[in-house]
Amino acid sequence: MTDIAPSGSRPQRSPLDRLSHWFQTNWRKIVIAVPFFWLLLFFLAPFFIVAKISLAELRISSPPFTEMIEWTGDGVMTIRLVFDNFIFIMEDSLYVNTYLNSLKISVTSTLICLLFGYPIAYGIVRSGPVAKPVLLFLVILPFWTSFLLRVYAWMGLLSDQGTINNLLIYIGLIDEPIRMLYTEFAVYIGIVYTYLPFMILPLYANMERLDMSLNEAAADLGSKPMNTFFRVTLPLTIPGIVAGSLLVFIPATGEYVIPDLLGGGNVQMIGRVLFNEFSLNTDWPVACAVAVVLLFLLVLPIILFQYFQGKAAEAP
Amino acid sequence: MTEEPWLDQANNTPLVQIRGVSKKFGDVTAVDNVDLDIYQGELFCLLGGSGCGKTTLLRMLAGFEFPNSGSISIGGQDMSTVPAYERPTNMMFQSYALFPHMSVERNIAFGLQQDRMPKGEIADRVHEILKLVELQDFKKRKPQQLSGGQRQRVALARALVKEPRLLLLDEPLAALDKKLRKQTQFELANIQEQVGVTFIVVTHDQEEAMTLSTRMAVMDAGRFQQIGTPTEIYEFPQSRFVADFIGSANILQGRVTEDSADHVRVDTELGEIYIDHGQQVSTGSQIWVGLRPEKITVSKSAPETPGPNQCKGVVDDIGYLGEVSIYKIRLDSGTIIDATAPNRIRPMSRTHAITWEDEVYLSWEPSSPMLLNT
Ligand SMILES: Nc1ncnc2c1ncn2[C@@H]1O[C@H](COP(=O)(O)OP(=O)(O)O)[C@@H](O)[C@H]1O
Ligand SMILES: [Mg+2]
Repeated sequence: MTDIAPSGSRPQRSPLDRLSHWFQTNWRKIVIAVPFFWLLLFFLAPFFIVAKISLAELRISSPPFTEMIEWTGDGVMTIRLVFDNFIFIMEDSLYVNTYLNSLKISVTSTLICLLFGYPIAYGIVRSGPVAKPVLLFLVILPFWTSFLLRVYAWMGLLSDQGTINNLLIYIGLIDEPIRMLYTEFAVYIGIVYTYLPFMILPLYANMERLDMSLNEAAADLGSKPMNTFFRVTLPLTIPGIVAGSLLVFIPATGEYVIPDLLGGGNVQMIGRVLFNEFSLNTDWPVACAVAVVLLFLLVLPIILFQYFQGKAAEAP
Repeated sequence: MTEEPWLDQANNTPLVQIRGVSKKFGDVTAVDNVDLDIYQGELFCLLGGSGCGKTTLLRMLAGFEFPNSGSISIGGQDMSTVPAYERPTNMMFQSYALFPHMSVERNIAFGLQQDRMPKGEIADRVHEILKLVELQDFKKRKPQQLSGGQRQRVALARALVKEPRLLLLDEPLAALDKKLRKQTQFELANIQEQVGVTFIVVTHDQEEAMTLSTRMAVMDAGRFQQIGTPTEIYEFPQSRFVADFIGSANILQGRVTEDSADHVRVDTELGEIYIDHGQQVSTGSQIWVGLRPEKITVSKSAPETPGPNQCKGVVDDIGYLGEVSIYKIRLDSGTIIDATAPNRIRPMSRTHAITWEDEVYLSWEPSSPMLLNT
């Protein structure tokens, strides 16, 4: 063995050195801590507030609900948890049907976005070095104008005296205007139009990383293009499909503006119900209960998906 | 079949016939008017520096690129309209291109499934080939769970299992570290011999090409500089490019002073060079002479009789490489000539060894100099 320097002879370190050393050893924790606190502050805390209100009772006051924890005279603490709001939502067929209708519209819209978005993303990935940035730019171009403005534009296009009807009448394809605005059709148009970029971009990111030589390898082994798509490309783009679908499905389910403006009163979606409860009825507890149920409806598929994906990864 | 079918063209039809094939990408001519015949059972190497068009030529054989002009036929069938998935070839990709979502077993079975082979037969074939590449224990693994060497063998197995008429390998060993590469070179040659499939191997490593191939083509800027057996290419290069690219060579300009049926004399900086075999040159013409460093003898004692194929110089530098030493000999004119000598004696004391600034004599056999026309 060689000599070991006595521990006392360790060089003194400046506070700055110690700080940088601390960062070096703890940077992983720090990096995780930032989004962690962000979520805690802006997601988890508001969620608990909403959950708390959903367990309260309506009261004509400000704020318009009862307190969960009350202190009576002799320092006795009473906790009131009221589940009436949830029972009310579950028993009233209006809410149940609205949830189901929202899910139907968001699932269908997600599938339509996938149907259009997949080939578009694939086309962009396969396009030349000149066309690619242009096409990508076109995908995100709509974000340059206000979302609300674009929905109003659709109203102008779809209404009875709108551009589309006028055009169709002008070329003689129809005599009477087709009713499009304030139908479910208009809501589908609005949702697919608005959320298509959210499908395309994750798919694009996924496909961009795909090794194109895999397609050649499949062809080399005797696989025709169609078969290569189903056996190689599609399985490898599942992460993109899932990411894009969630990005469309989640906001579409709770969508408020589009069903309100394009669907009018004819298309019931949970976002509108929530808004009505909150601002028209000022029934905050029921509104919060609606929000909590919605959250669970949205989170459940994600948890299930991650569970099954975890299982698939474990399997040999 | 003869050992060297290319020498007996009357009785052997080539498996692959490449005729006047060119391929352009925009302004870049990747492959420039190439002709080549490859025979059944060969292990043919395409050797050349990076960007010389090796991969492009291989991809045209596989059907991923189509030539701008010229024709390719494989097994007598013209390939100009045959897509990749219908060709009797399989390719081992430089990146291996293993399907990341499939296990080793399923990667290998993929090609057989395309032929609608019965399940049982597929299982048998996969089992056989896994045994050949010694990967039986890894068949359930995904490619990401394998080492580089194992992946390389999966890629080879996947390409071989379909028993193609022609196997195309693009830099098959480039991703392996040096030791593994050497070992795998011999394995690859053994496997080729066992299965009897014709191999075309692309490589930029001349040692690899020399070890593996029955014949090889040296490529530069989209053209073939020379095609021949490793020995032919090394001992009889036809151009300065090939002489310099394969191994190393001292290249000297000279003038032909005598040209007869059984010998040639050339006047160079190294004095008169006498070559004891006839060559296609004409007296008085300017020419280049190549001399391999290992074919030059370095001695401290002067030759007994003056004559051609000898000269004098001073040791400028010595590079000790272990098994050999490289001597850099400076001539009177200032030109440096490389000579190598094996270190057969352990130099405990350096008294007899050649050392810096020694005056030395160089000499070589009359069979050694290589006449280079271009
Ligand atoms: N798809 C392509 N598009 C444009 N240029 C290409 C393409 N493939 C190859 N090239 C060009 O052709 C030349 C030969 O390339 P390649 O055959 O890959 O060389 P090697 O395999 O010998 O390194 C290079 O100059 C390369 O840049
Ligand atoms: Mg290459």
